[in-house]
Amino acid sequence: MSKERIKIAAEMFEIMPSEYQDLVDRATYGKEGRGWKDIGTSKELIEEHSLCAGCPESMAFRYILASLPAPEDTVMVGSTGCTSLVFPHVGVHNIHSLFGNQNAIASGLKRALSVRFPGQVKDVVVLAGDGATVDIGLDMTLQAWFRQEKFTTICFDNELYANTGGQESGLMQKGFVAKMAPVGKTFEKVKLPEIARESGCHYVVNCTVSKPNLVEKVIKNAIHVAREIGPTYLQLYTPCILEIGKNSMEGLQEMRDSEKPTERFAYKEYVSDEAKELLTELAAKEKERKAAAKKQLAEKQLAGKA
Amino acid sequence: MSTMYEVLPGPEHFLPPAAASMGIRLPDPGQAHIHGKIVNEDEAMEAAARQFLSAKVPTIFPGPLVLWAWNEKAAKKATAIRHLYETIKESVTPSQQAMLIPMPDYRPKYPKINPEIEINPNHPNLTIWHNKIDACMFVGVHCHQANLSLKIIRGGTYCYTIAMCAQAGHEDAMVSFRDATADKIMRLADWVKKLKGSVEPPKD
Repeated sequence: MSKERIKIAAEMFEIMPSEYQDLVDRATYGKEGRGWKDIGTSKELIEEHSLCAGCPESMAFRYILASLPAPEDTVMVGSTGCTSLVFPHVGVHNIHSLFGNQNAIASGLKRALSVRFPGQVKDVVVLAGDGATVDIGLDMTLQAWFRQEKFTTICFDNELYANTGGQESGLMQKGFVAKMAPVGKTFEKVKLPEIARESGCHYVVNCTVSKPNLVEKVIKNAIHVAREIGPTYLQLYTPCILEIGKNSMEGLQEMRDSEKPTERFAYKEYVSDEAKELLTELAAKEKERKAAAKKQLAEKQLAGKA
Repeated sequence: MSTMYEVLPGPEHFLPPAAASMGIRLPDPGQAHIHGKIVNEDEAMEAAARQFLSAKVPTIFPGPLVLWAWNEKAAKKATAIRHLYETIKESVTPSQQAMLIPMPDYRPKYPKINPEIEINPNHPNLTIWHNKIDACMFVGVHCHQANLSLKIIRGGTYCYTIAMCAQAGHEDAMVSFRDATADKIMRLADWVKKLKGSVEPPKD
């Protein structure tokens, strides 16, 4: 599968709006080794989003879409929240589920795709906020992991219900006072990464999205492990700058401050033995691919000089 | 079922009734409907061609089923649509402006669509108002989205709507064909060519 399936009818090409022409001509569908470095040089799979200026979630979205190993064969499942404002603009198949049942939808979808396209790679990626993942949808989240459903769950953790005005969520820090939670949270932030590990996830990461190369690595790892072994979970800190009283330019610093070794988003990773084996194998293959590409380039340059 | 209701250009009102709920039924194979009345296909071909030739801005709105080359059939339809557009363009007077505007996406577009170059089923009236389109044909648009658009257009604009449907047709269009193929679209182009010069152009 590659761009071959994404072709505008020849007679209609010139009348299509430029963003669709660009998707066909300059997007990275089918490109081996696609990643965040394509941002700025290729057509991104996200068009003008409607998130707030400076929103870290928009950065996360861009890195994730740039890092999907096979976007043309990926279906993303979203849920209610700020993420659902972005899905209408992405160049990847996606489904909007009811608030909280995203992992149930993804389970059915993944199974249906396996039956409909046997022998083909079809990735399913859930992308939801902390309210959908941990509060309203916790049952569906956990049950999917217990059943060892083969898809990746990504939680954009902004530690509250952001687009409804700042209500308390399970992933909010203890003591935090929000606009719609004036008393302050009285219990600890739910330790979902630990719960994910105990519930059977084979690859779990807790981090911020301040470093695009790190986001790319964890996204690729999570999807490859989910494809071959079983459920994976990523909890990414995407602070809501409006709800925590920051300015548009301060999102990145907020993430950097929160990922220090003693802070709640210090990089944390759990990889099962099976997943470790797979990732080592994939890393070796990637190294080989890069070496071959380098050699090919050198040969090409040499031929050019001759 | 007899009915008094006629599917006519609007603006009908903000929420026009679904034509089906007013007793309009879909044509059988080989038939079409004009304003909700079942007629044979050739009669509807002539009526559609006359609308194109008498409109100030006759427009075709191709949807995703023909904009993308999904398969050979889709590509053939795209060629036929282009031919129909070129035929209309050649057959109208200089004061008329034929247009071919795509409906590439069904999802609402933010911050806004550019009505000059595209149409969106969630607010098709914007494109129609902006370009002052007074006759249009939908082709290659999935049924649900076509129904939605046709109702909004009837509700809020004076545009005359034609549906070239690949399935069973659309009650909410003023003229509706069914079982559309590339050949059928070419036949419509032939009707436009045939009636060229015999239809009075719009008055300013």
